[in-house]
Amino acid sequence: MTKADIVETIYEKVGLSKRESARIVDMIFDIMKNKLEFGENVKISGFGSFSVRDKNARRGRNPQTGEEIIISSRRVLSFKPSNVLRKQINNF
Amino acid sequence: MNKSEMIEELAVQADLNHKVAETIVNLVIDSMKSALIEGDRIELRGFGSFHIEEYQSYTGRNPKTGASIEVPPKKLPFFKAGKELKEKINNQFLDELNQE
Repeated sequence: MTKADIVETIYEKVGLSKRESARIVDMIFDIMKNKLEFGENVKISGFGSFSVRDKNARRGRNPQTGEEIIISSRRVLSFKPSNVLRKQINNF
Repeated sequence: MNKSEMIEELAVQADLNHKVAETIVNLVIDSMKSALIEGDRIELRGFGSFHIEEYQSYTGRNPKTGASIEVPPKKLPFFKAGKELKEKINNQFLDELNQE
């Protein structure tokens, strides 16, 4: 599934034009991206939550050369599926 | 931000009636859910991708009691952030560090 499939669903079910449907779908993901970029978590009930986490610097190894390197502190995005979604995926 | 705040923000930005914004957000989420339930992969350019990982059943242990338990086969959804989004999130973090 891609964004085009989501746009198609909106177009068919809401009665907006294709162009308007595409604009609105993009807007939804842009709103989420914007929050996440500024470090805010996004929680979508029934689906899951996207959270940004700050990681401390740590010592790691280049798996190819075995050379020890410092992995600098960074901020990462993670997704945790909701229990409802997990159950639905497993047909419970 | 939660779902109702997202609906509110969409209504304002797209100049939509609240009810319509709510319907659209729910349709987007439901179509993503259906795709994952069917085991389909979702690719959202500029945002990231979702896929399902299947696990065979295995013998695990209850960490509290140590009792052996048979864990049934399961499927789990995973998300991988897109490169662009990943970089933006980390760049904001680096900017904050530099300002301290």
